[in-house]
Amino acid sequence: MTMSPFTRVLLGLCCLLVALWLVAPTLVVVPMSFNENKSLAFPPKGFTLDWYANFFSNPEWSSSLFNSLKVASLVAVAATVLGTLAAFGLDRMKSASAGWLRMILLTPMIVPGVVLGIGIYAVYLDTHLVGTLFGFVVAHTMLAIPFVLIAVSASLEVFDKRLELAAASLGAGRWTTFRTVTMPLIAPGILSGFLFAFVTSFDEIIVSLFITSPYLKTLPVQIYSSITRDADPTVAAVGTILFLATTLLIGLGLVLFGRERRT
Amino acid sequence: MSGSDASTPARSDANPDRGSPRSGGSAGRAALFREGWLLVLPALVVLCAVMAYPLASIAVRSISQPEWGLQNYAWFFGTPVNLTVLQRTFTISAWVTVVCVLCAYPYAYVMTVVGPTLRVVLILCVMVPFWVSGVVRTLSWVLLLQDSGAINSALRGLGLPPVRLIRTQTGVVIGMAQVLLPFMILPMYSVMKGIDLRLVQAARSLGARPSRAFFSVYLPLSLPGVYAGAIIVFILALGFYITPALLGGPRSTMLSTLVQTQVLSLLQWGRGGAMGVVLLVATLVLLALAAPLMRQRHKKTGAR
Amino acid sequence: MATAVPTLGRGAAIGIRSVSKHYGGFAALSDVSLHIEPGEFMTFLGPSGSGKTTTLNLIAGFTDISGGHLDVGGKSVVGVPAHKRNIGVVFQHYALFPHMTVGGNVAYPLSLRRVPAAERTERVKRALEMVKMTDFAHRYPSELSGGQQQRVALARAIVFDPPLLLMDEPLGALDKKLREWLQLEIKRIHRELGTTFVYVTHDQEEALVLSDRIAVFNGGRVEQIGTGRQLYDEPATLFVGRFIGDSTVLRGAARSDGTGTALTIAGETVVTDKRLSGGGVPVMLIRPEKLRLQRRSATGAGDGLNRLAGRISEVIYLGSGSKYEVELADGSTAIVRSPLGDESFAIGDPVDLLFSPADAKLLADDRSADTTLT
Repeated sequence: MTMSPFTRVLLGLCCLLVALWLVAPTLVVVPMSFNENKSLAFPPKGFTLDWYANFFSNPEWSSSLFNSLKVASLVAVAATVLGTLAAFGLDRMKSASAGWLRMILLTPMIVPGVVLGIGIYAVYLDTHLVGTLFGFVVAHTMLAIPFVLIAVSASLEVFDKRLELAAASLGAGRWTTFRTVTMPLIAPGILSGFLFAFVTSFDEIIVSLFITSPYLKTLPVQIYSSITRDADPTVAAVGTILFLATTLLIGLGLVLFGRERRT
Repeated sequence: MSGSDASTPARSDANPDRGSPRSGGSAGRAALFREGWLLVLPALVVLCAVMAYPLASIAVRSISQPEWGLQNYAWFFGTPVNLTVLQRTFTISAWVTVVCVLCAYPYAYVMTVVGPTLRVVLILCVMVPFWVSGVVRTLSWVLLLQDSGAINSALRGLGLPPVRLIRTQTGVVIGMAQVLLPFMILPMYSVMKGIDLRLVQAARSLGARPSRAFFSVYLPLSLPGVYAGAIIVFILALGFYITPALLGGPRSTMLSTLVQTQVLSLLQWGRGGAMGVVLLVATLVLLALAAPLMRQRHKKTGAR
Repeated sequence: MATAVPTLGRGAAIGIRSVSKHYGGFAALSDVSLHIEPGEFMTFLGPSGSGKTTTLNLIAGFTDISGGHLDVGGKSVVGVPAHKRNIGVVFQHYALFPHMTVGGNVAYPLSLRRVPAAERTERVKRALEMVKMTDFAHRYPSELSGGQQQRVALARAIVFDPPLLLMDEPLGALDKKLREWLQLEIKRIHRELGTTFVYVTHDQEEALVLSDRIAVFNGGRVEQIGTGRQLYDEPATLFVGRFIGDSTVLRGAARSDGTGTALTIAGETVVTDKRLSGGGVPVMLIRPEKLRLQRRSATGAGDGLNRLAGRISEVIYLGSGSKYEVELADGSTAIVRSPLGDESFAIGDPVDLLFSPADAKLLADDRSADTTLT
């Protein structure tokens, strides 16, 4: 589309501002994490690594990180298995009821977190699941299934079903076809579903706030209670570490993915 | 005679040449359907156990605690404070949606016209906040917006009077809009990248000024993406909890916070449940009303 | 070539007896019977939705038959799953595995059959040689052109020496020049392998070039089976006559007696020495090279010939001659092909159309043939 120079500059400027708005606030935590004062007031003064040391030495912080990693890993596995099975099932049904089922399976994405939170809390109180690993994993799995379903369904959508027929005509049985043709071709969808599930659980806060207990806290819960309780700059250090870790992971993924595509 | 057997949708569903021939035959189809059900079942069981059942138990509590009846709903709709909060929840969500639409539209459009390298950068800018912990992002906004935060420090440095941002509706809207912006940009982008820009050129060649060509051709074609994004953002905003709780004050409380207070602080399960049901029903009704808008897609003409 | 020797004459016969296929209430195939000889090149020809691809899918085992008998190589294959039938299939859009190289694709059926590595390499090499794709073994399908992908698909389907090769419009997506070249390649490969080939197409020219015999499908039935020449010279139905080659169809008030049939078209009467056996309204079908054009005023050797008045409505120069469309008095169009050197005509010229009563075929009218073909 042809544009006048004025429109072009205006659009570019809008775009730049939005990009800045999206990314810049996240970076605020970085300088705050080196603040010598035990406060989150701006501007930070001096330089210290105390808050990083505190994160790794204080058992409250390190155990919550450990809990989050544990829960998220289990959730990623469970949600990937269940979500992938469901995506295959829906793909097979191909009818009006499959459309309804898909909508139902996606509802966890739109049900307000607090409503789900009090509901699960009520049920967990009755079944003594508050503050248990199992309770966390099941609740987070439910929240993560839609993401896996979307990712796997998307790759099934573009998967050419005739390749399965071709494999059958060449002598491959159902399981062999799945293992040698279907699986390798939808693997990227399953992998991204797995990552989404992990992040969904690792990042989950609302339901976690309701079903947490002093004995089992996840990292977001710990961060939240730290923010609301006191102005401990450790949260800034945690934020910086998380930010760096995810950036590194994504960068690594981009590099690996880019290399794979080139060869 | 056009095309070939496999590419001509002659008898949509019954056409033997389309789709997987294995799905053919009424008996085979029924078997596949059963198999599909079996595969979906495990996910469905989890969904029932930790979503359907809890929601049902909340609905039951809302009419049974402290005693059977509709007194909790009567209380909710009879208390002015609650109605104010309900209205505020909708107002804030609407503002967040408007801000998101206005910011996301040019951004998504630029994504479709720039070169591949710049596009990757722009997509990363959208994705980075997605991947950074939601709590940490809200923390960042606290650091920015608080009275002793980055924005006010900068204003003081420039000799300007400080602005009160934290614990105001403006602060809540700014923070929520940033968190929700990716949900607006991505659907818009996916629709816009499918728009054939030659259509705009066609309009120009027929004598339309650039602005006219934009409003009469490009904008209508991009609307499904706008609707989809707006609905997602509005619905997610209705249920927001963390951002308003940390950035808001008593004058910017949203419904979610009220629910949490009733249940955790006051142990009023009935009243909290009633509020939760109101919030849930509002969300579902909105979604049902808006679903046809999202599904509306202009059929593409010609070869793709 | 070395590969050809061990497989020669090893083609499987196919017997299809009263086979039907229903999808819900819709009959995709009804009562289809045909026999394919070992080593034969059989083409299923017909318009979209005529049931030819359905029949192919039934033989391949991608769909189950609803009724009837289906034998491959003398044994019933009803209920045998596709992967146990040992039948090579070439798909319309190639269906190459995008995550495997060309070599990997061709080796796939061999590794499924647990062929030892050394022999596998050798057979992959020979199959790629046969389709002239040896240099591409390490490429991925996405790096190949459509014609190259189709040749790889062919190599993959023949590498495990199946006694039967099915091809579903394999050249449908390619341009004309490439199609014509690949048609000859396929013919050569058929000759060298001696395998039975079943080929599906909607292109009658392609069918005539390739096949030993052609089965013409229409509306889920087989209209006629025969060599290209038989179908062209002796069409059994109006549909076959119109689908294979150009033709002129004459409709009019019919009257039959002991010596033949007369048709009155807009006041003029033409005769043929044939009579319609069985029911139906008779129509005449005449091939374009059997028609002759003459200027209206001229009187000539018209003795014993049928004569119809018309006007030239279109002239198409073909190089080896000319093709004329002639509008007749009743509004219908006749197609005439005249060889180089004959008198030429211009659009608008009034002409007489001449043909011998022996050259007119008499067939039962079938209006549905008009609609399916346009």
